[in-house]
Amino acid sequence: MIQEALFFSAVLFIIGVAGVLTRRNAIIIFMCVELMLNAVNLSFVALSQLYGIAGQVFVIFVMTVAAAEAAVGLAIIISIFRHHENVDLRNINLLKG
Amino acid sequence: MSLFYTFHFYLFGVIAIACAVLFVTRKSPVAAALWLVNTMFCLAALYVMMDAQFIGAIQVLVYAGAIMVVFLFVVMLLNLGHASEVTDIVSRKTRLAAALVGLILLAEVVVLWKGDVKPPPAATHQLEPGVINQVAAPLFREYLLAFEITSVLLLAAIVGAVVLARRRTA
Repeated sequence: MIQEALFFSAVLFIIGVAGVLTRRNAIIIFMCVELMLNAVNLSFVALSQLYGIAGQVFVIFVMTVAAAEAAVGLAIIISIFRHHENVDLRNINLLKG
Repeated sequence: MSLFYTFHFYLFGVIAIACAVLFVTRKSPVAAALWLVNTMFCLAALYVMMDAQFIGAIQVLVYAGAIMVVFLFVVMLLNLGHASEVTDIVSRKTRLAAALVGLILLAEVVVLWKGDVKPPPAATHQLEPGVINQVAAPLFREYLLAFEITSVLLLAAIVGAVVLARRRTA
């Protein structure tokens, strides 16, 4: 079942990448990043069947970092919303050369 | 691997991918978030099937429970979800399908409640030192430093989130 799990993981990761590249709503892009982290977690758990329990320990770390990232990212989105009144990433180009 | 196991492994995987596709194609952020929650539940089922029961539990608690609630909270705080797009049930056919699935689930509950389902033979599927023990022992021995650094990271994230989201008062 490890091959199948890695296949599902790859497909979910690709869907997440496609979402990040094609969507413009900042919140949906954040959720796509969460989907990619979930895909990586799936391969960690799948490979922990082969290489021992360390994979599951890493999943816990990934989840913690994802929670921190969600909190900070959503705070940034809220402060962007206060300036622009929307979260469309096309409007956020202050750093564009 | 029994056929039962294989079938359900593929079932949950395919449902997870289908829900992920629906998630990236939805217009409304609220509908997208709910499809993503569905994907995470399927992933939790896959974790449990791959003998990572504790990871499956915290997947439901932390991801589907906490992180997605924060996302939905922000979507509703910023008033981005539009009520008309949130309801995905449009046609009578969809409602009929939903009712059918609900009836099947109800029948399963009744069967589990009334029928005598024999518990599996206990000795064959004993987990050795406990599910959480297996994860906790390396977490607090080999990876103790990373664990402590993670707590610092969480503290920094909390402070950063509060500072960033605070309304500026002059």
